[in-house]
Amino acid sequence: MARMELKDLVKRYGAVEVLRDINLDIADGEFIVLVGPSGCGKSTLLRMIAGLEPITEGDFLIDGARMNDVSPRDRDIAMVFQSYALYPHMDVARNMGFSMEIRRDPVDEKKTRVAQAAETLGLTALTDRLPKALSGGQRQRVAMGRAIIRDPRAFLFDEPLSNLDAALRVEMRLEIARLHQRLGATMIYVTHDQVEALTLADRIVVLNGGDIQQVGSPLDLYERPANKFVAQFIGSPTMNVIPVTGGVEGVTLANGQWLGLPMRENTPFATELGIRPEHLDVVDPGPNVLTATADVVEHLGSDTNIYVNVDKVGPMMVRKHGNIPIATGDKLGLRVMTENAHLFAKGGAALPAPVRQAA
Amino acid sequence: MSVTRTNPALTLGKYVALLAYLLFALFPLYWLVKIAITPDRLIFTEGTDLWPSTTTLDNFRTVIFQTDFMAFFGNSLYVSLGTAAVTTILAAGAGYAFSRFDFGGKKIIVAVMLITQMFPLLMIIAPIYKIVASLGMLNSLTSLIVVYTAFNIPFATFLMQSFFDAIPKDLEEAAMMDGCTRFQALRKVILPLTLPGLGATLGFVFTAAWSELLFALMLISDNESMTFPVGLLTFVSRFSVDWGQMMAAGSLALIPSCLFFIFIQRYLVQGLTSGAVKG
Repeated sequence: MARMELKDLVKRYGAVEVLRDINLDIADGEFIVLVGPSGCGKSTLLRMIAGLEPITEGDFLIDGARMNDVSPRDRDIAMVFQSYALYPHMDVARNMGFSMEIRRDPVDEKKTRVAQAAETLGLTALTDRLPKALSGGQRQRVAMGRAIIRDPRAFLFDEPLSNLDAALRVEMRLEIARLHQRLGATMIYVTHDQVEALTLADRIVVLNGGDIQQVGSPLDLYERPANKFVAQFIGSPTMNVIPVTGGVEGVTLANGQWLGLPMRENTPFATELGIRPEHLDVVDPGPNVLTATADVVEHLGSDTNIYVNVDKVGPMMVRKHGNIPIATGDKLGLRVMTENAHLFAKGGAALPAPVRQAA
Repeated sequence: MSVTRTNPALTLGKYVALLAYLLFALFPLYWLVKIAITPDRLIFTEGTDLWPSTTTLDNFRTVIFQTDFMAFFGNSLYVSLGTAAVTTILAAGAGYAFSRFDFGGKKIIVAVMLITQMFPLLMIIAPIYKIVASLGMLNSLTSLIVVYTAFNIPFATFLMQSFFDAIPKDLEEAAMMDGCTRFQALRKVILPLTLPGLGATLGFVFTAAWSELLFALMLISDNESMTFPVGLLTFVSRFSVDWGQMMAAGSLALIPSCLFFIFIQRYLVQGLTSGAVKG
C-alpha cells in the first residue's frame, strides 16, 4: 500500500533551482510515468522520492507519513536503475536476494523467493552467473528481480529500458506492464520515451525545465494538451504547429487562407494552430485546401509519412494509414480536420479544445 | 569480439622490445645474485664474467648467521608492514570521502596535500629530525612508521580516490535502496570492489617504506633498530666493501617484496567491476 503525496516540492543545487512547486498525488497502485526532455528534472524528482537526493523544500508523504528525513532503506521502496547497478562480485541469486540478506530474512524464505523471481523472469538457468557473464537484457531482468524480490510498497524505475535494443525494449516494456498488473503496486517510471509513457502509464506527468506542465491520462494529454510543449512532446510524429492570426470563429493562415473553426469562441486570441500529422487529409489540390508539395515520402507499409512543404506556410508532416500512392515532388491538397485542431495563445498556453459534436 | 589480424613483423618487434626492456630492467638484479654467489676470492679476478667458475652460498650463510642482518630484516618488515597498513587504512578513508562527499574545505585539503608533495625530502630532513628528537622518539621504529605514513598518505589518498571514483555511485545507491546503511553499502559492496585498489596501495607503500634510506639513516643510529637499507651500509667499512655479503643481503631483501607482490597480485587484476553497469 503506498499513496504518495508530493507537496510544493522544490529542489535547489546552490542557487540553481532544478524543480519548482511540484504538487502531485499518487494513488495506491497507480502507474505514474514522469516524462520530459533531458535536464527537465524527472530523474531528480525520482531520486527525491527514493531518498537518494535531499528535498530542499516542501513535503513528501507516503501513506500520510512524512518521508523527507527518512533514509532510503526505511522507505521500503525498490528502485531499478538505468545502469542496472548490479553488484559485480555477487552471482545472480545473491544479487536478487541481497535485500533479504541485509534484512536478515530467513535463508529458506530467501531461497524460495529468489527461485520464484528467477522463474518469473526466466533466469533460473543463470542464478549462479556473475553479472559480467550476462547479456544486457538478462542484466535488466536481474535488476527487476532484485526489485520485486522483497515485495516493496512501491517501485521506482529510472529509464530502465534505455540501454536495451529496440526489440528487447518492447519485450521488457510488456513485462513491466504485466508486473504492474500482477503486483498492483504503486510504480513511478521515468523515461524520455513517450511511447513507453503512453503505453505504460495510468497517468503521465510531463515535466519541462523543472515545472510540471501537465498531469493526465495518456489520452488526455494526446487529446487535450495544456500547452504547446505538451502538444509537441506527446504524440509521434510530432504535432505540426503553424503561425496564424486569430479571427472570429476561425483563423487566418500565413498564406492568407481562412480556416473556419465554427462553435469556438476563443479564436481571436490564437497565435498558433496545432494539427497532428494524422489529422490532415490528403485531397486533390483545389480551392479551400492547402496546396503542398511532397518533399520526402516514407512508405512504412502500415502507414505513409509524407513530409510536405505547404505553399507560403512552411514544412508540415502528414501521416496516413495504409499505403498512399504519392511520390516525391507530387502536388497535393491538404484538408485540416478542424475538429482535431488545437489553438495556442501567445506564450504557448492551449485555448480550450473545440466543442465536440455528438458522435 | 572480432579477431584482429596483426602483422607478424609487428608482433616480433613487440617481443623484441619487451625482451630488451626486460634485459635492461632485470640485469642489475641478475648481477646482484651473481655476485652474491661468487666466492670472495673470485670477485675481482672474474669480475666481469657472466657466470663465476665456482659458486658458493657462503655469503648467505655469513649474512644470516654471523651478522645482524636478520634483525635489520625484522625491523624493516615491521616498519614496512606497519606503514603499509596504517597508510592504506587512512588513505582508503580519505579517498572515499574525497570521492563521495562534498564538504567545506575539500579543495583546500587537496591543495595542501599536493603542496606537501612538492618539496624535496632533503629540505625537511632537519626539521623532522628536530621534531622527532624533541619527542624523544629517535631510534624508535614507531617514529619511522609515523614519518613514512605522513609522507605516503597524500599519494595513497589520490590513488584510492581514483579507485573509488571508478566504482559507479549507482552501486551504493542500489545497496541503500536494498536496505543497507551507507556503512553497510561500503562494507558489503564497495569494499570488495576496491580490493585491487587496496592491493595496489599496499604494494606501493610497502615498497616505498621497504627501500627508504634517508629518514632511516637520520632517525636511527642504534644498531638494534636499524632497518635493512641502513644495515646494508654496515657492509661498507672504512677500508673495504664486503661486496659478496652485501649482495647476498640485497638478494635476501628482495624476497619479502616478491612475496608481497605475489600475494597481492591477484587483487591487482583489473576488471573486477565489469558487469556492474552497462558494459
